[in-house]
Amino acid sequence: MPRTIIPFGPQHPVLPEPVHLDLVVEDEKVVEARPSIGFIHRGLEKLVEKKDYVEFVYVAERICGICSFIHSQTYCQGIESLMNVAVPPRALYLRTVWGELSRIHSHLLWLGLMADAMGFESLFMHSWRVREKVLNVVEATAGGRVIFGSCKIGGVRRDIDAETIKQTITDLDSIEADIAEITKVFINDRSVKARLGGVGVLSRQQAYDLGCVGPTLRASGVAQDMRTLGYAAFKDLDLTPITRTEGDSYARCAVRCDELLQSIRLIRQALAKIPAGEVAVKVTGNPNGEIIARTEQPRGEVVYYLKATGAKNLQRFRIRTPTFANLPAMLQLLQGCDLADVPVLLLTIDPCISCTER
Amino acid sequence: MTGETNIETITADVLLEKVRALRDQGYRLVQIGAARLPESMELTYSFDLENRLANLRLNLPLAQPRLPSICSIYKCVLLYENEIHDLFDIQVDGMAVDFHGNLYKTAIKHPFASIKAPRPNPTAEPKPAAPAKTAT
Repeated sequence: MPRTIIPFGPQHPVLPEPVHLDLVVEDEKVVEARPSIGFIHRGLEKLVEKKDYVEFVYVAERICGICSFIHSQTYCQGIESLMNVAVPPRALYLRTVWGELSRIHSHLLWLGLMADAMGFESLFMHSWRVREKVLNVVEATAGGRVIFGSCKIGGVRRDIDAETIKQTITDLDSIEADIAEITKVFINDRSVKARLGGVGVLSRQQAYDLGCVGPTLRASGVAQDMRTLGYAAFKDLDLTPITRTEGDSYARCAVRCDELLQSIRLIRQALAKIPAGEVAVKVTGNPNGEIIARTEQPRGEVVYYLKATGAKNLQRFRIRTPTFANLPAMLQLLQGCDLADVPVLLLTIDPCISCTER
Repeated sequence: MTGETNIETITADVLLEKVRALRDQGYRLVQIGAARLPESMELTYSFDLENRLANLRLNLPLAQPRLPSICSIYKCVLLYENEIHDLFDIQVDGMAVDFHGNLYKTAIKHPFASIKAPRPNPTAEPKPAAPAKTAT
């Protein structure tokens, strides 16, 4: 059978960000996918040589426009661990709330993109309509819709007053009802099941061996979620990782649907328990030592490696983003797939090229 | 706890043996990170088992640093190893998937292989106090 190479991306209707694949096909079967990334590599890690450790919170938050807050949170947690800073409990709860709001709008964004890739346009529009409501809550509580600008070393920059907390809980009721409505379609609709069911199956062992993280790993039955480490306020909240065992694209979609409702429950718990008090402490001096900080982003575990020598600038700042960990699995899934399934398999890991090209 | 620094320092000749031992215990590869230090290239291999991190630390000479690929043990390593080659100019021998320096399309070749002098630390050496003003 003769082989043909089909170039896929970096510009393609299904790709919101640039990544390129050379798809080697025999008839309609993909036999190999050769990736090419690095089109928008920004070298942000190198910026630690120019920006001091306090300024770098702003850089960390701009690594990604979707999980921006969790990037700044992870960076701050790493620096705070190095400097033995005791963050006020109220700030830890506020970080938890903003982190979970990020997860909700990220998952809704993905659901919309996947619905669009399936040709289910009305579901796509409903998913993003609900996402707008979440962004409105983010704006009301943090002041921004993409860049929250709320996290700083030692705590957070702004508090949420009692009236806004009350309004947020009311807004969550409406958002939860909307999410329940659209996830019902994602979980039960015959066309969604037919399009995603059995497509791109990763067994539990495959997902683990390939180093997968986040919903991609949990949909294959591995209950790994960095929130169980107990950072921020998660140690005080009721959290059990959501898993499925099928390991296909449908399972990955279902995990994200369930995580939407889980995040709403977590925000409700956090807002009900939020303690009174200060939201930041003053931090003086410079960090010294090295640390690996991990948190759970919407796409999975993010790893921050920080190395400091007592100067204002870190010596090394490195991030391993969840998409970087999930790309090998995507390449594995593409091997042997039907050409028509390539868009679904690309999206199934929820790739964030912006994070990957930090 | 989110910060962990459990690091074992090893040499390149025992890298494969150590990594295989971790793999046999069920550890997942979390990341491979490189850092350009003034006197060496520092590599950190991180592994996870049930949320516990284990790290292996290697220090390579600045002149022609090279190390063996661990792709025979963890096949998901392709992006990490190509990244440290492209950004740090570290030669990784035996990579199953070698992009030959084309994973990242950077304007400067191997941008992380050099290091700039750190900015002076203003808190380390306080400026001499200005002479006290006296009434004339």
